[in-house]
Amino acid sequence: MDDTILEMRRITKTFPGVTALEDVTLSVRRGEIHAICGENGAGKSTLMKVLSGVHPTGSYDGEILFDGKPVQFRGIRDSEANGIVIIHQELALVPHLSIAENIFLGNERRGRSGLIDWNRANAEAAQLLASVGLRENPVTPVIQLGVGKQQLVEIAKALSKKVRLLILDEPTAALNDIDSAHLLDLLRQLRDRGITCIMISHKLNEITAIADSTTVIRDGRAVETLDMRADDVTQQRIIRGMVGRDLDSFYPDRVSSPGEEVLRIEDWTVRHPVQDRMVVEGVGLSVRAGEVVGIAGLMGAGRTELAMSVFGRSYGRHIRGRLFVRGREVHAGTVAEAIDNGIAYVTEDRKRYGLNLIDDVRRNVSAAALDRLSRLGWVNGNEEIKVAEASRREMNIRAPSVMAVVGKLSGGNQQKVVLSKWLFTDPDVLILDEPTRGIDVGAKYEIYTIINRLVAEGKAVIVISSELPELLGMCDRVYTLAAGRITGEMPVGEATQESLMELMTKDKELVG
Amino acid sequence: MTSIKTPSTERPTPPDSTPAAALHTGTSDLRALVLNNLRQSGIYVALVVIVALFAILTDGVSLSPGNITNIVLQYSYILVLAIGMVILIIGGHIDLSVGSVVALTGAVSAVLVIQQGYPWWVGVLAALAVGVAVGAWHGFWVAYAGIPAFIVTLAGMLLFRGLTLRVLDNISLSPFPAEYQRVAAGFLNGLLGGQGFDAFTLLIGAVAVAGYAVSGFRTRVARIRYQQPVESFPLFVARVAVVGAVIMYFAWQLAHARGLPIVLIILAVLVLVYGLLTRRTVFGRQVYAIGGNLSAAALSGVKVRTVNFWMFVNMGFLAAVAGVIYSSRSNGAQPAAGNMFELDAIAAAFIGGAAVTGGVGTVVGAMVGGLIMAVMSNGMQLMGVDQSTQSVVKGLVLLVAVAFDVYNKRRAGTAR
Repeated sequence: MDDTILEMRRITKTFPGVTALEDVTLSVRRGEIHAICGENGAGKSTLMKVLSGVHPTGSYDGEILFDGKPVQFRGIRDSEANGIVIIHQELALVPHLSIAENIFLGNERRGRSGLIDWNRANAEAAQLLASVGLRENPVTPVIQLGVGKQQLVEIAKALSKKVRLLILDEPTAALNDIDSAHLLDLLRQLRDRGITCIMISHKLNEITAIADSTTVIRDGRAVETLDMRADDVTQQRIIRGMVGRDLDSFYPDRVSSPGEEVLRIEDWTVRHPVQDRMVVEGVGLSVRAGEVVGIAGLMGAGRTELAMSVFGRSYGRHIRGRLFVRGREVHAGTVAEAIDNGIAYVTEDRKRYGLNLIDDVRRNVSAAALDRLSRLGWVNGNEEIKVAEASRREMNIRAPSVMAVVGKLSGGNQQKVVLSKWLFTDPDVLILDEPTRGIDVGAKYEIYTIINRLVAEGKAVIVISSELPELLGMCDRVYTLAAGRITGEMPVGEATQESLMELMTKDKELVG
Repeated sequence: MTSIKTPSTERPTPPDSTPAAALHTGTSDLRALVLNNLRQSGIYVALVVIVALFAILTDGVSLSPGNITNIVLQYSYILVLAIGMVILIIGGHIDLSVGSVVALTGAVSAVLVIQQGYPWWVGVLAALAVGVAVGAWHGFWVAYAGIPAFIVTLAGMLLFRGLTLRVLDNISLSPFPAEYQRVAAGFLNGLLGGQGFDAFTLLIGAVAVAGYAVSGFRTRVARIRYQQPVESFPLFVARVAVVGAVIMYFAWQLAHARGLPIVLIILAVLVLVYGLLTRRTVFGRQVYAIGGNLSAAALSGVKVRTVNFWMFVNMGFLAAVAGVIYSSRSNGAQPAAGNMFELDAIAAAFIGGAAVTGGVGTVVGAMVGGLIMAVMSNGMQLMGVDQSTQSVVKGLVLLVAVAFDVYNKRRAGTAR
């Protein structure tokens, strides 16, 4: 069944001042899962927007053949009429509408009177949900579902449109491992039902696990298409295509020499801010100077909640427990006190909690330590620029200048701005919450290098991550967290992905 | 370590930000440069166009010495309110009560000075104290009780209007003694003599120009020392020359009327102080940070509640200043004083480029926005346009100004 369902020929797309795609040719076989990977900004999303008609015909050069026939899409409606449906990374569901309402949004099931036939809509929705393996009542508001389930609703919505070619943009970026595995399973089922999938992903292990072919895009060009069934394609092989050479190792080497203990918490307990339940219970952990300590846990295990409650009690109620910095007990009741005690917390959600996106690099870098740049309440603006410039150089932040608005930078560069901001507070211990989420391989490597540099300078680092290979590659020691409790602690040499995962899922027996 | 460099170093990194590099805009980007500057200076252009338009429509009357003095006296209290308002709007709040607070503070002052016979300065101090107390009241509810400012100040609008009626016992009080009237109607003139014009006013104008030039030059020198981009020297001289000419023309016109209004001095000091406060102080930075991303600000150690509280206290203080000026100008206190002032102040902030979502805006922008409204109202009054048309025109200008701003931002968003 090697016939081609889609051919994009010599696609060139330019924006004012940039060529996003240059002479890209892509061909997708019927009924396969075709992965597209490449660094951030390589042009993957632009290519998919061309395909789905978001960039209408005429705004690019080249031609698209679908089912052997040339097609010209003036908008999403045209591409959807042909059975091409795109699911974007940021889900496009209306939170307060029900599952069924979302599925048939813009495509309502009307009765004879012209009014919406809700019985029919809900019944059809129930069937669609069953086909994606989601057991929920179609009248449930989408806001009550987790991200993983919302993703499934999106797929059900696509199925309702008689999809023949499904495009998923980073479908597992926001999902935990279990939801991801479920989703990948579903994609396999869809493939068996004859639906062709194009999947953009950063997660190379998923690509090697599921894809039939992989096209690598680099700097707006399609570098190569790998046949994942024929060749023995490893992650290393894909990375070589993405970055143009081999990366010996994901994780830069580091000589570890932990010093004295910098931070210790004992019997730390946090209550949910509104609900009557414990989010963190009796947690104790410590980190030493020059050490990277990992916290592994599934979503909802209380990782972020633990970190934020330690960081100036910025999460939760009735926080109990003792916090020691360099052996001295401290009461950091506000963020400012936590900063003064040398604690820095780099959030997992930089856009919501880390950055003022409408402001420039300079003011974001200085935001957490303005007092270091000011005297009697007056800010030294020139000194501030100097500091920001130094960060831009040291962290290799790719921005035209420190006056560039942060919202316009790529994810990796935004992350470096957040890191710069916290480094400027001169912390002793850095808590990094998902420091490499949503950034490309190259930027990840840079972040790892920065972490190593900090540790070499004698700082203590706590890394919270959903990616177990990352923890195994970066840390000296790993704690596992499940349902708000520490379920294990081990030197990284003794840990494997399997052993960590086992401890991370231990909550069921404990809490039952 | 690996022998491999990070992949990213392969791409050309942007050149270091030497002045030349940071000013790097190739000729192909000339259009972008012009557009960019138009976006930033659009509001000044609009002010100039509107001033010119009314100068033509009124055969130059609108630019006569007497009328310029009038505009200053007539709209000063709106500008004072707009200073506090734009700070609140940058912080993501709003204050609907300022009109009522203007009335209340004026009423308290009038009762003390006119009814009880206290000296004028007791009235002024009492008014300021009441304003600060009102601001603290709003600040408490917004910052510590977590009630949205829209609701808190809507309640305040009713509450303080009611208290005004109580304080005044539903009647108007007037007149104030001459000293009190001087706040809004007084002039500094004759101090240095002059023939047919006031030399003192010109001197102050010259001092202002010199101050502008010197501070501009010092900023420039400091920026060069820190290797920051600066405009070319001829451009700098041209800018100082234009601003200087405008100030001196303005001073010349005032000097030929009644001299330097005391209100103008108050206003100039406030604009200067609050301009610096918003741009150069930690407090100002924190206001922008809170308006730009509240959560990020809180997680950066900004004491959000404290900053919010003081923003409102400040607004109350400025509303009291406006209340004193207004009562002085109207020479008394009326139960309906200050009606709809809040809307003029809010409009001034938005015309001046503040963003509805917070985090964006400047004091100077709000002043220019207020002046646009002032020049328009005044011009239309001179032309004898009736009240209904004036209201329609002002409404449309507000809408167009914000629409222009939104359009520009969208362009800036897609053009990258």
